[in-house]
Amino acid sequence: MICWQGNNYRESVKIYSMHELSIATSIIEFAEEFATEHKTEKIKRIELEVGQLSGVVTESLKFALELAVKDTVLESTEIIINEVTGKSICNNCNKEFENPDWYTPCPACQSIDSEIVSGKELHIKSIITG
Amino acid sequence: MCDTCGCNDPNAGVSYHKPGEEHTHEHSHEHGHEHHYSHEHEHHHGDEHHSHHHEHSYSHEHSHDGHTHNHDHNHEHTDHSYQHEHTHEKEFKIEHDILNKNNMLAERNRGYFEAKKIKAINLVSSPGSGKTTLLEKTIAAQKDKLSFFVIEGDQQTMNDADRIHATRVPVIQINTGSGCHLDAEMINKAVKQLDVSDNSILLIENVGNLVCPAMFDLGESHRVVVISVTEGDDKPLKYPHMFHSSDICIINKTDLLPYVDFNVEKAKEYALRINHHLEFFELSAKTGQGMDAWYAWLKKNMG
Repeated sequence: MICWQGNNYRESVKIYSMHELSIATSIIEFAEEFATEHKTEKIKRIELEVGQLSGVVTESLKFALELAVKDTVLESTEIIINEVTGKSICNNCNKEFENPDWYTPCPACQSIDSEIVSGKELHIKSIITG
Repeated sequence: MCDTCGCNDPNAGVSYHKPGEEHTHEHSHEHGHEHHYSHEHEHHHGDEHHSHHHEHSYSHEHSHDGHTHNHDHNHEHTDHSYQHEHTHEKEFKIEHDILNKNNMLAERNRGYFEAKKIKAINLVSSPGSGKTTLLEKTIAAQKDKLSFFVIEGDQQTMNDADRIHATRVPVIQINTGSGCHLDAEMINKAVKQLDVSDNSILLIENVGNLVCPAMFDLGESHRVVVISVTEGDDKPLKYPHMFHSSDICIINKTDLLPYVDFNVEKAKEYALRINHHLEFFELSAKTGQGMDAWYAWLKKNMG
């Protein structure tokens, strides 16, 4: 959810609200701590994993990061976001199937009784320094 | 704006208020000023005594075998200009859960609630679905039998806390400022100020928003999503994340069903497609219709 209230991007980063901004802030906090711990000032690349069912909109996260990285250790870092497909396993017939929207029924038996097995990831996968 | 410190930066963010108390928010936020200091200090080495500035320009005296000599020296570390032609690329595999900080704190809250036998209920919905009315009526009808504490979450105003305060149960308002959800840290701070008793029900009314609060575990025992019949019956399909993460779904304002197109069975079917574990209550907080089943559930879950 993006609620714009400001007239320009820089101003808006202070006062708009969306949970992707909280996520972006958490990523930056982690990177800052990582850089201090590893005594490096340069993070060349950071790789993120964002599941289709994680509740994070990839485009919004990219946008929030673009605004939030200014004056941080991630300011000129290449940020890679890998999307993970949502997948479920059917409790009725055990078939694994793609479930990008939470409510896709099992294609084999049409059951809605299934458990999500992937797609909820929200991870920092790797950091390249140097 | 805060009268004590004069802060009004929206980024300063979250504040906590109890009705009837003037100023309860914490002054832990940072102010944007820097301290520049230069200092001199003196220290002693054995019998010698010297003082120096922190810029590596010092003169000192010392003695060797009876003769004394003085020497001054100044040295500045200027321009170590190393040219690194090669790069030191290093890859670190991490696997860090981005929500880890919130999740860890939520588990701390959960442990605290369990130890004190507090049932924390996180109520989520879009704005205007009737969460506050549901709480008011529930408290009024059950407060002789159950002990209630309430945390209210809104971006601004004390309105909801004032309504709960009128029912004479302890309440604290969290104003999130620009924030669109409550998180585990806010609950942790609010609970400390609220001083929740053992064996009670902690009702947490989240910020009205069907998107963002879904991602933030507060350490609650149950998550209750409220929809009202004045909304579309396809709401569960539009906001699946919230319905997937809830245990209970309350369909509110059922007294208005004759006047709207909301199809209760369809809404339930959609919600079950997202989360087949969901338990439903159909009620009208305003008229009291269907509230007994909800009260029975609260009572059962306190046991």
